[in-house]
Amino acid sequence: MPDPMNTNALCRLKSPGGVGLPTLIIAAFWVSILVGAYIVDISILTILGDTLKRAGMNGVLVLAMVPAIQSGTGPNFALPIGIVCGLFALVCAIELNLMGVSWLLASIIFSIPLAVFAGYVYGKLLNAVKGSEMTIATYSGFSITALMCLAWLMIPFSSPKMGWFIGEGLRETIQLGPVGASQLLNNFLSFIVQGEMLLPADRVGDLLIMGGAEIIPTITNEEVMRILAGEVIPTVDLGEGIRRGGEIIPTVIAKGPLVIPTVNLAELLNDGAIIKNGALVPSGMLLVFGFFSVLVWLYFRTKSGVAISAGGINPKFAQAAGLNIDRNRVLANILSTVLGAIGIIIYSQSYGYAQLYTAPLMMAFPAVAAILIGGATASRASVFNVVVGVLVFQGLLTAALPVANEVFAGTDLSEIMRAIIQNGIILYALTQVKRGG
Amino acid sequence: MLLGEENKVNFSFKGLVSWFLDNIVTLIFVMFVLFGFVVSEGTPIFFFLSELCDRIFRNSFLVLSLIIPVLAGLGLNFGIVIGAMSGQAAVALARYHGMGGTSGLLFCFVVSFFFAAICGYFTGKLYNKTRGQEMIASLIVGYFANGVYQFIFLFVVGVIIKVPATHPIIKPDGVGIRMTVDLIPVEKGGLKYSLENIYKIPFVQALLIVALAMLAILIIGYWLNQKRGHGYKNHPMAFGFNALMCIAVAGIAVYVISATPKLFNTVSELNSIASGLSATSDLDAVKSKLNTIASGLNAEAEGAGKSVAPKLNAVASDITSMIIPNLTPNKLNAVSSLIGSSASDLNDAAMETSPNALVSNLIRVRTVPVITGLLIIALCIFTELIMKTKLGQDFRSVGQNQHISEVSGINVDRTRIIATMISTVLAAWGQLIFLQSMGTLSTYSAHTQIGMFSVAALLVGGASTSRANIKNAIFGTILFNAMFIMSPTIGLSLFGQAALGEYFRSFMVYGVIGLALGLHVWKTNKKSKIVVE
Repeated sequence: MPDPMNTNALCRLKSPGGVGLPTLIIAAFWVSILVGAYIVDISILTILGDTLKRAGMNGVLVLAMVPAIQSGTGPNFALPIGIVCGLFALVCAIELNLMGVSWLLASIIFSIPLAVFAGYVYGKLLNAVKGSEMTIATYSGFSITALMCLAWLMIPFSSPKMGWFIGEGLRETIQLGPVGASQLLNNFLSFIVQGEMLLPADRVGDLLIMGGAEIIPTITNEEVMRILAGEVIPTVDLGEGIRRGGEIIPTVIAKGPLVIPTVNLAELLNDGAIIKNGALVPSGMLLVFGFFSVLVWLYFRTKSGVAISAGGINPKFAQAAGLNIDRNRVLANILSTVLGAIGIIIYSQSYGYAQLYTAPLMMAFPAVAAILIGGATASRASVFNVVVGVLVFQGLLTAALPVANEVFAGTDLSEIMRAIIQNGIILYALTQVKRGG
Repeated sequence: MLLGEENKVNFSFKGLVSWFLDNIVTLIFVMFVLFGFVVSEGTPIFFFLSELCDRIFRNSFLVLSLIIPVLAGLGLNFGIVIGAMSGQAAVALARYHGMGGTSGLLFCFVVSFFFAAICGYFTGKLYNKTRGQEMIASLIVGYFANGVYQFIFLFVVGVIIKVPATHPIIKPDGVGIRMTVDLIPVEKGGLKYSLENIYKIPFVQALLIVALAMLAILIIGYWLNQKRGHGYKNHPMAFGFNALMCIAVAGIAVYVISATPKLFNTVSELNSIASGLSATSDLDAVKSKLNTIASGLNAEAEGAGKSVAPKLNAVASDITSMIIPNLTPNKLNAVSSLIGSSASDLNDAAMETSPNALVSNLIRVRTVPVITGLLIIALCIFTELIMKTKLGQDFRSVGQNQHISEVSGINVDRTRIIATMISTVLAAWGQLIFLQSMGTLSTYSAHTQIGMFSVAALLVGGASTSRANIKNAIFGTILFNAMFIMSPTIGLSLFGQAALGEYFRSFMVYGVIGLALGLHVWKTNKKSKIVVE
């Protein structure tokens, strides 16, 4: 008898919320680029490590799309509103001279009430323009970013880490290194797969190497003595050496299938350690991304979350069943804006810079494209789409850059490819939007 | 009667509020420009008018190309960026083969027509697939097309189509076209100003012609309405007001022309001699003309005031002692610039003889390109006429209700595709006019903002996503570009930083589009809600 559930592979392909044809095409493209990387002798491991980093960076920003799509307002093209809330919170935290973990926590905690307020007002606006949310969202995002440009120039903050040297206002990019926040989450609990690290010899004990360690001295104690005595040793490359207090110290290269620093990686890096090979897995950031993903997934299984999704599938039916559609849409928008604010803080710490002024203008589009590549449509999205989408999209972009530069020297092909793929997938999703009512 | 009067008062208040909401975008911009005039002390009026004139002639064609898609129900066609890219591709092609002059310009028009028609066809098909979301689709398709354009111009040109790396428009490493491509001036065989330089007239004359023409149109329109029995369409007050404005402008123009010191004519004579010098073969005729000018200046100096006379004499002696002796075929370029500097010296002297600030300001406004103006007028007429044909009626009907049009036998899909194709082709030609006026092709950035600026200009003129006409386009272009020119000075006066003016301008542009779109959707939703109840 024919199986009414019909769970064969073809059906899984066509089911909404599952993995569709565009996802497979782009994933196949990504795999072919990785094959290309192998052919031109680029380390695939490094590419994969970078992929994980970029996926983690963008993850929460893409997560912000889920509440908006589920509530029926389409992908949140007004993500810049949440982004500027997050940026403002982060700038305030720097002004208060916070560093490191306290800076991170303060930024996140301060950005939440800002984003709740902004999301509330913006949600009310969206309720007045049902049917054309996407266009209006885009221009709202643009307008608020442009308005904030004025604010960044006029803000009376005085921290030297942020201001122009001459004149008023904040710089366009603010370095997060001096705040102790560069790669803060990334380095937390991180480890290196198939790693190879150059580090001071007396720091070897800070590494836990699993699966067979290999410690190769590059500059031994005895050689250091000879160098300090003035001798030039031809086999030693002083450029590769590490200096402490201006003097060469003994260094080794530690290799192994799994290299785990038992202290914060930042400490080792500050002491001069260099990662020469392997994939650095930014566990801290991935854990935070995972945490928020689980949170969103759990939320959409609660009564409130299911109500939001119901309002998105069929507003009239949900209204008749007694749900307050308008209130739920505002709630979903608030969620989306808060996630956007937190997302930009995570993005900035991983990137190492906070980008103000016109940078947030175009940040919604890669996030929208990522979730669409993950199999979402303009009206249905799940956390599964987020994870798959951000990995495939960012993986493709990360792999394309070195391969394109190797094969076709001199052209920024990866940027062009990004523009074509990102906008192409959004166009494809728009053609699948069914006209409501 | 008392009741009638009450109703009249109530009606006019409600009417006022609704008129205010309808035109809020226009009003905001008018206030912004007026505020700019009040606050900026340093901007001379002639500079403002010159810039405004230049920008209007550069951008009007592009804004007008947006009207047909609005009428056909496609909303605001941000996809005119694709038309602009087609135009740029044609210009790059012409520049690569060293084409120029009027023939080069015609080549560009024809080639861009074909590129734009093909692109418009595919864009139209896309709009048919994204029914209901055409505007966001047009925005994204613009970005997508930009990616494809960069792929072709940065990669295909050079890697797949081999080009010589020594060509001035190709990057030094032989792959890709440069970021800015200089268009050679039309005198040397290029495209720069090729349309503009065909015929130029002074600003004041143009003002007079336009004012008289508009007056004629008003009177003829009024008379036709009466004759055809559409007398109710005539509003005597509005007609009278508009006619009075036209007469006032014409009067000012006549006054300025009559009050212009003759010296300015001499200045323009000298300037035209200087610019045409490289093409002249009859140097003796030029020498005799210069002699006449010099003696005329000396005669003028005898009757002129104490401060002006020595300057006139100085210019005359420059001409006789330096310029005429050096007028040999191999020194034409140097002599041309000498004539130019004499002309500007004469200009400074002439400024002192002008009767008042109005005359001196209006005289110094740059000359107006006639052919560009004629093209813009032709497009206005074309838009009016096409809406009276069956195709135009199809556009309107599809714009109002697609289902009913389909049922009435109109091929809705085909009509929408045709509307998109026309708009894209017009945008391509509009970009050609823009580029020949700018003189440089910023290969990767010239087209990116024009979609947004043109849409904003149309909205500022009072159009909405479902209703647009020529008046909206022209008035919007004038107002939008006036704001553009004013914003750095406003930023400087208000905030002390010109950069703030630039950011404020971006905010106004984005904000006006968002506001106009939002208001329109809100009103439509409110209307449909009332119908249901």
